[in-house]
Amino acid sequence: MFGFTLAALLSLAQARPSPAPAAAPAAANRLEVPYEMVRLRNGLTVILHEDRSAPIVTVNAWYHVGSGRERPGRTGFAHLFEHLMFEGSKNVPEGAFDRWLEAAGGNNNGSTNNDRTNYFEDAPANALELPLFLESDRMAFLPQAMTQAKLDGQRDVVKNERRQSYENRPYGMAELKLLEAMYPPDHPYSWPTIGSMADLTAAKIEDVTDFFERFYGPGNASLVVAGDFDAKEARPLVEKWFDEVPMRAAVDPIAPRPVVLREEKRLILEDKVQLPRLYIQWPTPPYLSPTDGALDALAAVLAQGKNSRLYKRLVYELEVAQDVEATQDSGALVSTFGITVTARSGSKLETLRAMVDEEIAKLRERPPTPRELERFRNQTEARFYDRLERVGGFGGKADQMNRYLFATGNPDYFEEDLARYRALSPKDVQAAALRFLGRERVVLSVVPEGRRELAVPENAK
Amino acid sequence: MSTRATLASVLVAAFAAGAQAAPADRSKPPAVGSPKALRLPPAQKLALTNGLPVILFEMREVPAIEMQLVVKAGAGSDPLNRTGLAAMTADLLDEASGARDALAIADALELLGAELRTGCSWDATTVQLHVPAARFAAALATFSDVAMRPAFRQKDLDRVRRETLTDLLQARDDPRRIASHALNRAVFGDGHRYGLPLRGDAASVVALRIGDLRNFHNKHFRPENAALIVVGATDAATLLPLLEKAFGTWQKGGTPAPQPGDAAQTAGRQVWIVDRPGSAQSAIRVGRVGPSRATPDYHALEVLNTLLGGSFTSRLNDNLREQHGYSYGASSRFDYRRAVGLFVATSDVFTPVTADALREFMSELVRIRTPAKKEEVERARGYLAASYAQDFETTRQIASKLAEQFALGLLDDEFASFVPKVMNVDAKLVQRAAGLSIDPGNLAIVIVGDRAKIEKAVQALDLGPINALTVEQVMGPAPKIDGPAKPEGD
Repeated sequence: MFGFTLAALLSLAQARPSPAPAAAPAAANRLEVPYEMVRLRNGLTVILHEDRSAPIVTVNAWYHVGSGRERPGRTGFAHLFEHLMFEGSKNVPEGAFDRWLEAAGGNNNGSTNNDRTNYFEDAPANALELPLFLESDRMAFLPQAMTQAKLDGQRDVVKNERRQSYENRPYGMAELKLLEAMYPPDHPYSWPTIGSMADLTAAKIEDVTDFFERFYGPGNASLVVAGDFDAKEARPLVEKWFDEVPMRAAVDPIAPRPVVLREEKRLILEDKVQLPRLYIQWPTPPYLSPTDGALDALAAVLAQGKNSRLYKRLVYELEVAQDVEATQDSGALVSTFGITVTARSGSKLETLRAMVDEEIAKLRERPPTPRELERFRNQTEARFYDRLERVGGFGGKADQMNRYLFATGNPDYFEEDLARYRALSPKDVQAAALRFLGRERVVLSVVPEGRRELAVPENAK
Repeated sequence: MSTRATLASVLVAAFAAGAQAAPADRSKPPAVGSPKALRLPPAQKLALTNGLPVILFEMREVPAIEMQLVVKAGAGSDPLNRTGLAAMTADLLDEASGARDALAIADALELLGAELRTGCSWDATTVQLHVPAARFAAALATFSDVAMRPAFRQKDLDRVRRETLTDLLQARDDPRRIASHALNRAVFGDGHRYGLPLRGDAASVVALRIGDLRNFHNKHFRPENAALIVVGATDAATLLPLLEKAFGTWQKGGTPAPQPGDAAQTAGRQVWIVDRPGSAQSAIRVGRVGPSRATPDYHALEVLNTLLGGSFTSRLNDNLREQHGYSYGASSRFDYRRAVGLFVATSDVFTPVTADALREFMSELVRIRTPAKKEEVERARGYLAASYAQDFETTRQIASKLAEQFALGLLDDEFASFVPKVMNVDAKLVQRAAGLSIDPGNLAIVIVGDRAKIEKAVQALDLGPINALTVEQVMGPAPKIDGPAKPEGD
């Protein structure tokens, strides 16, 4: 829907290289997304990227603050704040942000994760100045228009978002339980981005101003403007609207924070579901760290496509599972490697756990075949081309440039990103399995109410 | 290139050039220029020697190709005692062909970085391929095997059937899927194909035989019932010989797929409460029979829906979410099909405010039939018209638009005429469209939630007879799933 969704960590991006020869072998093209970068006097980093292929523009703003910056008793606040960003600012009456943009043919959305909050406005090329005005006005003057009624209204909306995405969704509470088990209570990733109901209730209007002053300054943000315009004409427009945004205090960077589990933690959760589901999660190194790409490949060898090891054995051949999934969920401070298996009727999760562990053991003993890695590399490369097709939206080219900028300082990191997958060898994948997929992990069994006998037994060892 | 060095030099240049612009006038939003026209070159209409139409749209921003084979036979063509036939046929296409099984087919495609998907809508079955342009020719042989020569093996049907039945079992967990089943049944009844799930129910899925699938494929998967849509980095001279080789042997001789008939319009107003004890929210769905895609009122209906529940600022979302905080969002849509369609308004609301939310739903459905403000209509049509270009950005988007145009038999000027036709819609036409399509006295209202907590307040709204249902009554008895021979270790 068109609501302000709480996005999962972005794992994909879309973008388009400047003219690329169509007939050349896919691998020969160097991905390049040309850009111009400006830093305004107030500290705002602005990136301009021309893409004249469709009469569309996008304004994509990243604030380098996510739920990881919240303080105890105010979990969920970064995301609640994201909602408030659409409720109007000094020169934009309540409701006008959406009304004006829609009247011009534009769409918008925002999302919050542990590390950052992102916003986009996609609009027809003729409307470029409107999102620049809207985005700059809330960056400069949000608190002047804040009211208790706005806060209360969005608090109710967000509580309903939580009910819809967690309480009232099959297996929806599993993620919350996994976070509690994976992180020590003072780790910035230990609470969910959506927040607890009690903390949402506790949020006060003074918190809005404090958060704005502390984290929403231009120096803690970056803006990508991309699409069908001439950069020479667009740049003065950006300066016109953003130059007067007041500089605010700098935000100290937050250091990566590894998680060390000393043992296997086994948990059971009963839910209103027909089929048991097994979650196994390991802490892994952050986004773009040297082994991050090998862990993506490991996830693919295990569970991407019909020939992946877990799909082939558990779903296709034995039919003991309905589906399997493996992901390296990469964060700025630390990542999580997760395997999720939904059982078929009659399968016990302990049986599935044993099979998953056998497949992991094989990859720890012997590297994947060159063919397995080749499948992954070619799929990955094709997906990079897909990302180049769309300029706006979540995961579009502008959003991805902001993501790369935040992580590396280089908005055109597409080629370097792809290169880390091209460089992988089967041994790298084996090494990642050996190093990270050990017994120190979280094992969560979600079972139908009253059916704890289907779970992996709680007491480890 | 060294990232940091380039970064630094760009920054220095920017500082040097940074001129102070005039302070901005924030007293009103900047004027928006007139929209650039959607400069979409016409698609090329080609054909193979066996008559198979090829619709080509060249696009070279990215070295990739999206191809879709569209067959005009979908779930709407299922016999009532074989619902799920089209969906199961689509599922089995890439399970085996010749000597290759599903694993071998997937391996061949994945090695090329290709993605192949099969699926069906009410009106069509589609096989989609997305592949780097340089590997298009290599992927084509597998694509034509899948589309033209599926093996339809008994063991694959048995396995995919068990997967489908398990999915139907899981559907009972999800309030949204329960609500969708219940609404379709309430609006169309058991006697119309649209009253039953697109993928079939447990009894009909169990009844499917391999001969049914072979027959469906043999009769309808024919060049005269299909078209190939190709969008991406290629041209006719390169493409046609490749397609001729891959599809040239496909023979005509099928029959057109039957279409579902008209449906009786929802008469009277009834409420169905599907009990789901402990639900944190109630899933509300309000619906009735909607117009077919061929309706001459299509553009007025789209403006109407944008205003009612098709955009963020729409009345339903503004009322239920922004004004009352009952919900994370509320929306409405017309689900157009070749035969009749479905109108549905949707929201998941906090359990204690279920009746309040329902009252707001009803008041909006009454209000939509009265004259709308000019400004509101202009915003809705401006939004639809000016955002239209955003649907034509990627190869997949354009291919899907062309596929829909073919499957629903839309006119050649469908895309070019959309913006002017939408801009012609005024408040009068919106009101007329509302009068034709939305009748608050004749509606099906479905609520999936905690009956004990909501029924009394809903009753007090006096909307009509209340029918209480269990999840089991909506979804049927839990499917029994036989085999396979003893799961390992259990």
